[in-house]
Amino acid sequence: MKINIIKHRYWYFLFSLLIIIPGIIGYALWGLPLSIDFTSGSLLEVRFESGKAPAPAEVISLYGEYGFESPRVQSAENNTIIIRSKDMPQATKEEIVAEMENRFSSTVTVNRFDTVGPTVGAQVAQRAFFAVCFAALGILAYITFAFRKVNHAFRYGVAAIIAMIHDILVVIGVQVFLSHFLGWEVDSLFLTALLTVIGFSVHDTIVVFDRLRENSNIYRRIPYETVVNHSIVQTLDRSIMTTFTVLLVLLILILFGGITIRHFVVILFVGILSGAYSSIFDASPILVVWENREWKTWFKGKKTAQPTT
Amino acid sequence: MQRKYIFLLLILLLVVIAVLVDLPNPPQAVNSIMGREVQPVLGLDLRGGVQVLLQPSEGFEASSQNLDDASKILENRSNALGVSEQVFQVIGTKYILGEFPGKTNTEQVVSILQQTGLLEFIDAGSTYLEPGTVVQTDFGTKDPQQPASPDETGSTSELPIYHTVITGADLKSVNVTSDASIPNPYIAFTLSEQGTQIFKDFTTQNVGKYLAIVLDKKVVSTPVIQNAITEGEGSITGDYTVDSANELALVLRFGSLPVPLEVAQSTLIGPSLGQDSLNKSITAGMLAFIAIALLMILYYRFPGLIAVLALAIYIAISFAIFKLIPVTLTLPGIAGFVLSIGMAVDANVLIFERLKEELRSGRMLNQAIEIGWKRAWLSIRDSNVSTLITCVILFWYGSAFGASIVKGFALTLALGVLVSMFTAVVVTRSFLHLALDRTKFADHPKWFGL
Repeated sequence: MKINIIKHRYWYFLFSLLIIIPGIIGYALWGLPLSIDFTSGSLLEVRFESGKAPAPAEVISLYGEYGFESPRVQSAENNTIIIRSKDMPQATKEEIVAEMENRFSSTVTVNRFDTVGPTVGAQVAQRAFFAVCFAALGILAYITFAFRKVNHAFRYGVAAIIAMIHDILVVIGVQVFLSHFLGWEVDSLFLTALLTVIGFSVHDTIVVFDRLRENSNIYRRIPYETVVNHSIVQTLDRSIMTTFTVLLVLLILILFGGITIRHFVVILFVGILSGAYSSIFDASPILVVWENREWKTWFKGKKTAQPTT
Repeated sequence: MQRKYIFLLLILLLVVIAVLVDLPNPPQAVNSIMGREVQPVLGLDLRGGVQVLLQPSEGFEASSQNLDDASKILENRSNALGVSEQVFQVIGTKYILGEFPGKTNTEQVVSILQQTGLLEFIDAGSTYLEPGTVVQTDFGTKDPQQPASPDETGSTSELPIYHTVITGADLKSVNVTSDASIPNPYIAFTLSEQGTQIFKDFTTQNVGKYLAIVLDKKVVSTPVIQNAITEGEGSITGDYTVDSANELALVLRFGSLPVPLEVAQSTLIGPSLGQDSLNKSITAGMLAFIAIALLMILYYRFPGLIAVLALAIYIAISFAIFKLIPVTLTLPGIAGFVLSIGMAVDANVLIFERLKEELRSGRMLNQAIEIGWKRAWLSIRDSNVSTLITCVILFWYGSAFGASIVKGFALTLALGVLVSMFTAVVVTRSFLHLALDRTKFADHPKWFGL
């Protein structure tokens, strides 16, 4: 069986775009709701022991009486509700919980109460951005170093970074939809998941590149395209097996790992799937595109379509 | 050939040590070498508790010395108030992070911390307490004990617990004044409405007795109650110079902390949620291991079996390291660990796929193992280094803001990656050689899934 992945490279690029573009459109339409980790505010998670949680409207009006306009109320399993509001002092929270017990006649257990002040929130967001940039630079530097004996080592680094950006965009795109339809917010755990996806994305890409590094020293006379394709096919078994194992682990975590980390694990699942795809169908084909300088023909194609330039 | 057995002995030794450490109650030798009880440390999200991030109040600058001092004072203060196992940590140049495992009442914790200095007026009865004496009081205890009568305590070995009449929270204003009638400057204070009432009742009943002023459980001075104080105004007199009187007034006003602090961020996790998460992640971890084991054995056959053995060793060693360092296990930390099992599998998969290729191209088995391993090593190294780079950056991100959750994830993933490189390279290879060097591949192609 002869698999030719490189031949259909533009179809694979197109598929990537079909996944990424809706995410970007969704982002433009709905934006990305940031959690209190970044925006500051308070999160109160309470469970109603008597078996029935109040309707969101009742909670909103209760909050209103304490001067907290339009909190966001979200129901979770086991008669638990999560309420997000502006930054709230400890004492007010005690009063509100007492009032809940009183008004909804149930014992109320506080599962979680987080408060983030405005200065901390802004700094966390800023630091998060730097963390992503540093990760990308560190990885680029390492690849350029590890592949220094291959021609155009820098290209490998750039291709790995493009695949990485691909995965970041896929994850953010999926998050946009999860936020819009399920109300999942971007919090520091999401960021942790994203950074892990970056690490894995590069991990996968490097395994393919490593084979390419080895093969390009052996088959010097064979066309570059063929060598790249051969390397992808040779590592295909490993890529499938490893990705399948990791996804299986993540699936188990999604099903049995509890609600607290579910969002985190779902993001990892999406990211690692995307990382496996991009390392096979995007990163290596990009090297071929670069080697052949194919953008020259894109330009020609455009020229015939738009003869103005 | 010799090297093979040395490696094997080394692995065996490591496994024995790891298993000893992993035991729920490790042998005494392990504890005495480490100088402490070797037990897994669970994070707040798994056992429940309160986490508070403090920063200097607006308009105040704090040096790192200030923060270190403040953090120590806070630690003593919460010790004195019966909070156990709390951790205080200075983060960066601006924050102090406090963690209180097992606490469920954020307000109580915050009120303890925010008190600018725990000032108490205690009922000393007829004993004069030397300034500097450390005393125990009933403030902050849930069930205020009857004040032990100081007269009787001379003979008993138990320390008296004094009754706290009022605390610094009832102080309204504090000033340093001097008066012609008194040789030294003194400190005048006024009390809040509630404080006035309590003080009035108490002083009326105890004229002639001692009322000790205690700051953070240390006696500052022990004046005699001259007459009933009904107007909520009082003074602290003594051997004060202008400077020392001012210092004391400042402490009474702003507390003993070198810089006033406010809460920047707080988190509370209920204990039942923590326990639930812990149980669930243990179940998920075990299921994941079983699934991986089945997959590896079904797909790679004999080498797969060896990989599962290597994985079990990997888990034993990693968990031992977590207990020894100790690494605080948080929920994402456990997720990071479970994920690193996936990475450990990848290293084995890379080696086995190479092994298969070499076997297909007709190599001898022991050659194939060696070449397969050598060629896979570069992939394993480069791909894991990139994961380690991400871990370092995550750790840096996590340590700056007390996002201990992020930090825990990065640490367990990084340790997992390092240990997995070791097990894949040393353990899997040694076992494969040991089991297969004398076997002829041609006799058993099915063992390798070929």
